[in-house]
Amino acid sequence: MIGEIDPTIIHLTVFVLAVFVGYHVVWNVTPALHTPLMSVTNAISSIILVGAMLAAGPAETDWGVWLGGAAVVLASINVFGGFLVTQRMLEMFRKKDKKGSA
Amino acid sequence: MSADLIALAYLVAAVFFILALKGLSSPLSARRGNLFGMVGMTIAVGTTLTITQNWTLILGCIAIGAIIGSIVAQRVQMTAMPELVAFMHSLVGLAAVFIAIAAVNNPVSFGLPEMLPAGSKLELFLGTFIGAMTWSGSVIAFLKLSGRMSGAPVVFTGQHMINLTLALVMIGFGLWFFFSEMTNWSAFIVMTTIAFLLGFLIIIPIGGADMPVVISMLNSYSGWAAAGIGFSLGNPMLIIAGSLVGSSGAILSYIMCKAMNRPFLSVILGGFGSEGSSQAAGDGTQKTYRSGSAEDAAFLMSNADSVIIVPGYGLAVARAQHAVNELAEVLHEKGANVRFAIHPVAGRMPGHMNVLLAEAEIPYEQVLEMEEINSDFSNTDVVLVLGANDVVNPAANVPGSPIYGMPILEAHKARTVIVVKRSMAAGYAGLDNDLFYMDKTMMVFGDAKKVVEDMVKAVNT
Repeated sequence: MIGEIDPTIIHLTVFVLAVFVGYHVVWNVTPALHTPLMSVTNAISSIILVGAMLAAGPAETDWGVWLGGAAVVLASINVFGGFLVTQRMLEMFRKKDKKGSA
Repeated sequence: MSADLIALAYLVAAVFFILALKGLSSPLSARRGNLFGMVGMTIAVGTTLTITQNWTLILGCIAIGAIIGSIVAQRVQMTAMPELVAFMHSLVGLAAVFIAIAAVNNPVSFGLPEMLPAGSKLELFLGTFIGAMTWSGSVIAFLKLSGRMSGAPVVFTGQHMINLTLALVMIGFGLWFFFSEMTNWSAFIVMTTIAFLLGFLIIIPIGGADMPVVISMLNSYSGWAAAGIGFSLGNPMLIIAGSLVGSSGAILSYIMCKAMNRPFLSVILGGFGSEGSSQAAGDGTQKTYRSGSAEDAAFLMSNADSVIIVPGYGLAVARAQHAVNELAEVLHEKGANVRFAIHPVAGRMPGHMNVLLAEAEIPYEQVLEMEEINSDFSNTDVVLVLGANDVVNPAANVPGSPIYGMPILEAHKARTVIVVKRSMAAGYAGLDNDLFYMDKTMMVFGDAKKVVEDMVKAVNT
């Protein structure tokens, strides 16, 4: 290699590849499950909870830490709300499964 | 934990997120997929905890969010899913803005240098403005979807010029922030404020009919916001998770636009579906239609061998899902082959109608997508259209019509068509529907739930 690669380039590589993965995986999602897809992607996008935790992380408490705490609350609502409501919806698709085969 | 270990744990979490989406390819694997998503999130959060110090604050805040989130998830009505999703998008957007502000305030806590390098500033700028627009746009979408604000587009002259100017001014302040050597708070604050404002302005001209596109688009934005924050913090997991969500939302927007045959750009520019649109006037001649009672319709259906039910949002509004399930069951007992045909834009968000029918315990094998069932309409005895309008409008086949080219459910090809509607009013597109005036069509006026319940009674007697 010629010199060191800028981390941003590596991140850009990850980004482009992830977009391709997302593209292919999502086209395979059955249209009947598009609403659960939206709620689960909602929960996944709350991965910014990680960023919120870092913001709330430092031991010295200043206003930035409190702002981070607020972000942790917002993102956690989404994590729990998103996964649980998805589960609730998918349970409905299961009940029919039993009945349909019976 | 060492930095390498943390990076590896994040990689595992990212793989779980991909598996979560992959699970949704079939209702059979979907629940396991959701579980994978939860595992991924737990790994990500657990790993991050090991590098933070303020555990009391963090765990306390997570607990508060967990309680609120769980209550909301338990209580929400399935008809209100679009509002809930819009609400959740807004939270992601706002959280992204908070994180970006905290990062500008104290870069060291994120492992960034004390003096923000230019690259980080650019990434923070992107994360903030996408987040801010996601927040305010989703708030408007939430208000429109929940009926707290009129679904009619808000249009005024020079709207697009104002938006464009604001966007340029925002970029200007972004550049000022970018090129300032010290942390330039004023530039950052002005830029963020304009981004919030732009989110509002961009969504208000978009009408109720285009909401499925808007909500998918905001879904996409919330993902890009997460990816943007991932770039700022140099965290590949955030980039991967954000990109998955971003591309998912983008694909859904594309599918919705295609199902309405509307170019994405024209949806975004808005103004479509104004109430009282002039097109509803038609050619001015009085057209005649045949109306009948629920009992007449029930008679037709109980003698049919094949029935296709086309549900629209009117069914959800009337909360008639359970009554429809009963109707399908009694008709099935009479020996009819009963199936449901779902148009991609039925309901207020992608896949909404499928969830509503699943909630009413209608077996998903009986619920078919447009491409799967369209060729069967010509061999079908009775089509029952429940609270749907534009998605069965044959005007889509007429060149020059405003909805020309939109893929529709070919209900007009069936031997008999029964349409349940509250009145002869036009649909969201503001168009008259020729299907209602065909000789083989019978209109049944009334509230969908009441009418379907009467049909069930009549079939049973």
